[in-house]
Amino acid sequence: MVPTTYTLKEGSGVDKSIDILEHETVPKHEVMTKKEKEVLLNSLGITEKDLPKIASDDPAIMEMNTKSGDVIKITRKSETAGHVFYYRRVV
Amino acid sequence: MIMTSKISDIVFGIMSPQQVKILARVRVVSSDLYDADGYPVEGGVMDPRLGVIDPGLHCRTCGGGIGECMGHFGYLELAKPVINVLYVKTIYQILKITCRKCGRILTVAPEGDAAKKKKKTADKKTIPSRCPHCRGQQKKILFVKPYTYYEDKNELNPEMIRERFEKIPERDLKKIGFRGGRPEWLILTLFPIPPVTMRPSITLESGERSEDDLTHKLVDVVRINQSLKENVDIGAPEFILNDLWELVQYHISTYFDNELTGIPLARHRSGRPLKGLVQRLKAKEGRIRGNLLGKRVNFSARTVISPDPKISINEVGVPVPVATELTIPEYVTDINIRGIKDLFKSEKVNYVVRPDGRRIKVTLENKKDLLTSIGPDWIAERQLRDGDIALFNRQPSLHRVSIMAHRVKVMPYKTFRMNPSSCPPYNADFDGDEMNLHVLQTQEARVEADFLMDVKHNIISPKFGGPIIGLDLDQISGVYLLTSKGASFTKEEASQLFADSGIDVDLPDKEKFTGKEIFSVLLPKNLNIEFKAHACRKCDDCKKRDCPYDCWVTIEKGELKRGVIDKTGVGAEKGKIIGRLHRIVSNDEIMDFINNYGRIGVSMLMKRGFSLGISDLDLPEQAHKTIKEEIEDSVKESHKLINQYNKKELKILPGMTPEESLEAQIMNVLASGVSRVGDVVGKSMKKSDISVMFTAGAKGSLINTTQMAAVVGQETILGKRIKRGYLNRTLPHIVPHDLSPGSHGFVKRGFKDGLTPFELFWNIMNGREGLMDKSLRTRKSGYMQRRLVNALQDLKVHHDGTVRNAHNQIVQFAAGEDKIDPSKSDWGTVDWKEFIETQLKGIVG
Repeated sequence: MVPTTYTLKEGSGVDKSIDILEHETVPKHEVMTKKEKEVLLNSLGITEKDLPKIASDDPAIMEMNTKSGDVIKITRKSETAGHVFYYRRVV
Repeated sequence: MIMTSKISDIVFGIMSPQQVKILARVRVVSSDLYDADGYPVEGGVMDPRLGVIDPGLHCRTCGGGIGECMGHFGYLELAKPVINVLYVKTIYQILKITCRKCGRILTVAPEGDAAKKKKKTADKKTIPSRCPHCRGQQKKILFVKPYTYYEDKNELNPEMIRERFEKIPERDLKKIGFRGGRPEWLILTLFPIPPVTMRPSITLESGERSEDDLTHKLVDVVRINQSLKENVDIGAPEFILNDLWELVQYHISTYFDNELTGIPLARHRSGRPLKGLVQRLKAKEGRIRGNLLGKRVNFSARTVISPDPKISINEVGVPVPVATELTIPEYVTDINIRGIKDLFKSEKVNYVVRPDGRRIKVTLENKKDLLTSIGPDWIAERQLRDGDIALFNRQPSLHRVSIMAHRVKVMPYKTFRMNPSSCPPYNADFDGDEMNLHVLQTQEARVEADFLMDVKHNIISPKFGGPIIGLDLDQISGVYLLTSKGASFTKEEASQLFADSGIDVDLPDKEKFTGKEIFSVLLPKNLNIEFKAHACRKCDDCKKRDCPYDCWVTIEKGELKRGVIDKTGVGAEKGKIIGRLHRIVSNDEIMDFINNYGRIGVSMLMKRGFSLGISDLDLPEQAHKTIKEEIEDSVKESHKLINQYNKKELKILPGMTPEESLEAQIMNVLASGVSRVGDVVGKSMKKSDISVMFTAGAKGSLINTTQMAAVVGQETILGKRIKRGYLNRTLPHIVPHDLSPGSHGFVKRGFKDGLTPFELFWNIMNGREGLMDKSLRTRKSGYMQRRLVNALQDLKVHHDGTVRNAHNQIVQFAAGEDKIDPSKSDWGTVDWKEFIETQLKGIVG
């Protein structure tokens, strides 16, 4: 039976008891250390600005302890290569 | 034309009245075009100082002839200012945010630290009701399309708006980001009259002049403006002035854009809507998409294509009438002069270009004179001949292999001839398709085309790493029959096969040849490959090399040891052998492989004979019986389901209503019944040329055959059983609410036995849906692809494997995530293990 009334609480929709980072469809997010960051940027021959961005209010980023300018290493599953790394700069 | 200077920069903005005046050479005062003698009126819209459009005449302003003089602007002094319709929105916005008294912007810009804080709150606020600068009370501005403004019910005329805009200080304009001019320039006071060169009139055969749409429009503007001016001068009553003013506004607006909403279209005398300036630029046939992004070109030809398996895949048969019209410039030197003179004598030169650049058509009369005077530094434009390189294209050009370089082969008749094996990249067939041919005019272009665009360099598709060109249809059937078990040939037959295909080989001295031996003759000696053929029956227990059906193909050291060659071996897109050849031989050799084996396949069919008839679809009595039983069983099964449904005992599937569950289960039961029939047909049908075609993968499938020989099965609309038609039934003779298969599009007969009229009707419904679907899908996917290509066109894979855009920003850290270049892969992957193994076998043995 379909309930006839709904009650909406403020802030509902976000269930704090679930850790989204543990969810199977959320790829692994890691904050890179300064050193790792430097190695990455050097190997690609780019400055921080050329990295793709990720919003600071991205659900996964909100769950992590980051600050603007951090680089996040994301390990995604890949159909072609097994797993693959993506790097995002928090803005 | 010689370029003497370079454009350093271009500024886009709005023209000020001063600029209009500086640009202009004529002050237009008269709405007459020509006087009684037919000469253009000075001060009219066709004033001779505005440029030349008649051949032989010279410009009164610059003295240039046609093509030299680009035309000159004129101007018209408007009696009263008029709004530029293309900027109505901007005008409205500026009116809203500026003070009606002092002209300042209706905000105070905060300074210092406060600026940062207030920034976010400022844009949320509405416009204040009092000017923060002069405390003047503001009124509500209303904009009514297309070009009327009201302030508290009172109309604001262009004159008033202009006055207000004049008061806006420069520094305020900077703040609101208004660059490239003054806002009052959005209200026209001087109206530029474009040069006649952009609105040429045409002289009809009757000697009558037909003017361009823009000229007509300009005449209207000038005429109404004239009468407005006269009325202003004599002090006519305001309502008359307003009417005329409105009319000038209308004419100028439609001159700019004749598709404005809210005003009637300006029409030609014939009733055809006139083309405004916007219409000239906009849309598919507009200046941008029609003339700049896409142009008509010279040295090209278009005609119907037809097949010719005797020419190479990188050749194109060019009909004689086309070949005699298209030319290639040949630069005359001391070395080639004799050859060119010979061409001359055989009338193969259409034009010559003298050292001074004059182009002369070669005719019978001047041929002799030209022959004596021709020498180095002349250019002879000679006709197309065999071996010339030309680009061949079929629209829609969706990928790079939609245009490739072919060698010209001049042939009789009137169609372009191409090898049927080159059809897949163009997605061409011969049901009336037309294709375009472009003849390259410079040596650089020809070399580039030869090295990059020749068909032989594009056999391996960059999109999936397999051959996009291979054998097809009869060629596959032929090769299949040649290499299948038991095919045996005498030496004479074998030689005949090669001779028919135009191949010159030395056959070993042997009496009997198997088909596999004949196939091996042309294989490169270092070819090693092993794969399952298309004919593979997918047995549960694969015996691999001992396959009883000869479907395990082994080629060792260029010798076909076992297995039958079919679609998976040599077909377009699938052909494993072609894919492997590309690793071990040159592109020329792959091309020869496809050419030769294609011809051998066809010759084989010609020798053996290949045909099919209705009787090929005959099934044994026993099979008919089992098929009937299978179908009746599945119909019975669905009746059982219907009974359960009626009694509400039916198993309801997750996420579905009872009705949906019933439908899904009925469809399932029937489909499995039909598939069992397919198995029966596959097992009991006698070997025929039909079965050759589908086992080899040349054309058709077991499903097609089953539909012909036994049962068509369920006809569907939108993936569901047929539901539409009459109230609660599909056809009038059916009992309402009947759910049985026979009432909802299940066809239990085959095409050979024939369908009942009702079954045929359902079959046609399904067929029509297929047609609609196809046309809708191609249109939709075409547009999707266009948007995708436009969005991704600046992406590039760099040397470090990253994908970056034009700003050098990284989009993907590893191209395709695996850094594999599909054009250098085997169907998207690199199987190192297999590659090394097979190669080792070739070397070690």
